[in-house]
Amino acid sequence: MGITGRNWREYPQRYRTEAAKCTKCGKINFPPRLICPECGHREFEKVVLADEGVISTYTVIRVAPSGFEDEVPYAVGIVELKDGVSTMMQITDCEPEELEIGMPVKIEFRRVQTEGDAGVLMYGYKAVPVR
Amino acid sequence: MRDVAVIGVGMNEKWGELWEKSFRDIFVEAALNAIDDAGVDKLDSMYIGCMSGGLFVGQEHLGSIMADYLGYGNIPATRVESACASGGLAFRQAYIEVASGMSDIVLAGGVEKMLDVDGGAATYALSTAADQEYECFHGITFPGLYAMIAKAHMHKYGTTREQLAHVSVKNHKNGSKNKRAQFPFETTVDGVINSVLVADPLTIMDCSPVTDGAAAVILCPLDLAKTKFKNHPIIKVIGSGHATDTIALHDRKDLTWLTAVELAGKKAFEAAGKKPTDIDLCEVHDCFSIAEICVTEALGFFEPGKGGAAVESGATAIGGKIPVNTSGGLKSKGHPVGATGVAQIIEVTEQLRGASGERQVEGAKVGMAQNMGGSGGSSVCHILEVN
Repeated sequence: MGITGRNWREYPQRYRTEAAKCTKCGKINFPPRLICPECGHREFEKVVLADEGVISTYTVIRVAPSGFEDEVPYAVGIVELKDGVSTMMQITDCEPEELEIGMPVKIEFRRVQTEGDAGVLMYGYKAVPVR
Repeated sequence: MRDVAVIGVGMNEKWGELWEKSFRDIFVEAALNAIDDAGVDKLDSMYIGCMSGGLFVGQEHLGSIMADYLGYGNIPATRVESACASGGLAFRQAYIEVASGMSDIVLAGGVEKMLDVDGGAATYALSTAADQEYECFHGITFPGLYAMIAKAHMHKYGTTREQLAHVSVKNHKNGSKNKRAQFPFETTVDGVINSVLVADPLTIMDCSPVTDGAAAVILCPLDLAKTKFKNHPIIKVIGSGHATDTIALHDRKDLTWLTAVELAGKKAFEAAGKKPTDIDLCEVHDCFSIAEICVTEALGFFEPGKGGAAVESGATAIGGKIPVNTSGGLKSKGHPVGATGVAQIIEVTEQLRGASGERQVEGAKVGMAQNMGGSGGSSVCHILEVN
């Protein structure tokens, strides 16, 4: 989709897991937003997401979207981090059969897509089960 | 606000792989069937639900092209988009326009032509209804999102793999009696569970298909329907509700609960002065088997967590406590995403007219339609009653 490398806009979130903590209610918004959905406040403090959490739910993708065909089967889940943020990511370095809801995971910096639409490697975060 | 009636309905003769027909022609075919069914000789305005003419066939500016080819080249025509809830929302906009007094005869249609592209392109087009940057970036698909809802539901409530399969079995049984259905065959619990795994725990037989198809209905003020359009029993729109929720599944506080459906349903029930036990049949958005279970809970037909047991017990079959998806649902009838919400209104209308043949719910007086976008980021509900 498009020829501009728009991926760069997400580098602060994808490379450094930067989030926006509302200075009024304390809710951590990931990705950052311009207005807090919890309290309507518009001022935030930059924070880095917790790098540990648990799997809230997951699936194993057997039929992949384009760009991920060579990866199947791979697990994608929603991880609830220790700071209360829930977000989606792949769960890697594991067999799909090992996974369970409630399993502790650690967040690591990994390659997410071999080649994006902009023709570049795309990096980001993935979850790795803590054994 | 004026009372509003549905006076005409129309679809293609059959939904499915309509390669021989163009995008515009499938819409016009359904719209002409609705116009003829109503017996109207003019339209004041029209709304067209379509998720992605751009990505599926490279065509936007749908209000103009569809009005032109329908032979109403200069009327106001508006394309409405809310992902897979586009059709239901087009119907709601038409309802509001008639109720407001702005227009008298309004067409609400929906169309999608999904089989002109290959599977990868169709999957991509559909995935644009999810959060591109924080969901799709990680390689998730729509079956994957609903699979995550299913896993969470199974974990929280003990919903079983077999209960999910019962949704598809029931809907295919209903759809086998619907000549317009894309896949009018029956299946079994084993047939569903043992089909190709798409995203654990969902197999391809838990997933609605990609479909070419269109649907259209004609609305007018109730008073005009009573005096001028007497082809059919008069079907009154007694409740309409619309709500949104976070586009990203991970931003929901409860992954098993569809808040947009609950809120849209409550608004429709409140406007209609009805409660779930007053509904004789309901068309719901079974894009995936788990979706039907979650929707029947969110609308209040069953307690949270009891939707799986309900379908297994036969409570949602024709003849059960609350027949759900008598048309065959998205699973068997097909799911041309922009048309689905309008086709749901058609099934309810025909049931209330007593014209559903083998699928007829005996004595049906009040029916409901629930349409949904994305993983539950939007929902539109309507309640209709035979006057």
